[in-house]
Amino acid sequence: MNLKHLISMRDLSRADIHQILDTASSFKDVLKRDIKKVPALRGKTVVNLFYEPSTRTRTSFEIAEKRLSTDVVNFAVSSSSVTKGESLFDTIKNIEAYGVDFVVVRHASSGVPNFIAEHMDVSVINAGDGMNEHPTQALLDAFTIRDHKGSFEGLEVAIVGDIIHSRVARSDMIGLLMLGSQVRFVGPPTLLPPQPPPGVRMYYSLEEGLTGVDVIIMLRIQMERMNKSFFPTTADYFSHWGLTKERLARARKDAIVMHPGPMNRGIEISSDVADGPQNVILQQVTNGLAVRMSVLYHLSGGEYHA
Amino acid sequence: MAKELLNKKDIERVLSRIAYEIIEKNKGTENVCLVGIQRGGVHLARRIAEKIKIVEHADVPVGSLDISLYRDDLSLRRDHPVVRKTDIPFDSNGRKVVLIDDVLFTGRSIRAAMDALMDYGRPACIQLAVLIDRGHRELPIRADYVGKNIPTAKKEKIDVQLQEDGFQDCVQLVKAKE
Repeated sequence: MNLKHLISMRDLSRADIHQILDTASSFKDVLKRDIKKVPALRGKTVVNLFYEPSTRTRTSFEIAEKRLSTDVVNFAVSSSSVTKGESLFDTIKNIEAYGVDFVVVRHASSGVPNFIAEHMDVSVINAGDGMNEHPTQALLDAFTIRDHKGSFEGLEVAIVGDIIHSRVARSDMIGLLMLGSQVRFVGPPTLLPPQPPPGVRMYYSLEEGLTGVDVIIMLRIQMERMNKSFFPTTADYFSHWGLTKERLARARKDAIVMHPGPMNRGIEISSDVADGPQNVILQQVTNGLAVRMSVLYHLSGGEYHA
Repeated sequence: MAKELLNKKDIERVLSRIAYEIIEKNKGTENVCLVGIQRGGVHLARRIAEKIKIVEHADVPVGSLDISLYRDDLSLRRDHPVVRKTDIPFDSNGRKVVLIDDVLFTGRSIRAAMDALMDYGRPACIQLAVLIDRGHRELPIRADYVGKNIPTAKKEKIDVQLQEDGFQDCVQLVKAKE
């Protein structure tokens, strides 16, 4: 794999994805050892540049980076000179002058990771840009699906809820279609795109959308991105679109329930499903570490062809 | 251009001798375990364990070790090697670990393997068994058990083919391309 940045799932081929997942499965073994650290990226430095509040993704990246022996610097926006008015360009030029190897970036605007990759001589990993993409989430979702289902071909995957505001939905869709799964978007018309993207079917009823699916990916209702009213009240949303035990029964008996977190219990998902036997939500968290280690490992290559 | 150095029979004999030497040096098999380096070393470790069992009627535990994450050329290589499984299904603390590899060359893989092994525990000692020692060491490392010493030019390649990977057992010297 000859890859410098991971900004979009479109940067990857199907073979690349499988290679990242295969390597991640070896890293998952490393995470079970007493000594959970390997020297693979010793001497490299990563800056986690988070312009949006994030606890779990940033923590996940930070642990993954530390397990690979990189030096980690966290650059959180609220405590940085950005609040003093520094432009993105000046910030990244400063970070470049420190001589770092990786920038893991999250930003509320789509396209910021591309901008950094253009202006900075580092490997850029997109940890979520606006409503655009979140490729490491898509890879950890794929890893979790492969873990349970063995393969992707012919699987019916329902992505449910706040699709238009979701970079997770977009990256999942690109990845899963590339891997050969069938993808459905399920949600109220206000939260779905006006036209279905190529290869995707849309369902405006949760009951219909869940019928016969193998995988359910629930999305968080993103209040912070809603500048107008998309549904009456959260209670009303739950009564129509919340994943409950009764609605889950529409899916295949061995269907798995996923959620990228953080969950809004009682809004998009009920507690008996979130904690139920079909949920794999905490496995996603563990798999996220292994997948992010794998991405860092594959992006850290030098110039020499072995 | 390839020249055969060992055939199937030769490999069998060499592994039998190494099995005997391991038993002799360790005065039996108590506390001994074998760890093969991915991939060729893993097959050889299993074969040596079988031979030890025939002689001593004892099972020695066998593990496999992937050294990709411990290599010293990771920051130089553009394509990173596939990380294969490491499986050490026993407690290596206080054990006599015999590392097994197919070819001993610069010694850098063995350095990486020793570092990797140390992350799983503190063995009483580490010994090294190799099918072929082709010289050109870059680190102060030597093998305790050597199948065959083969002087080579640095540019030549030693190709070890084993039936576990779907080949006929053989070791050949591949001449450097002009």
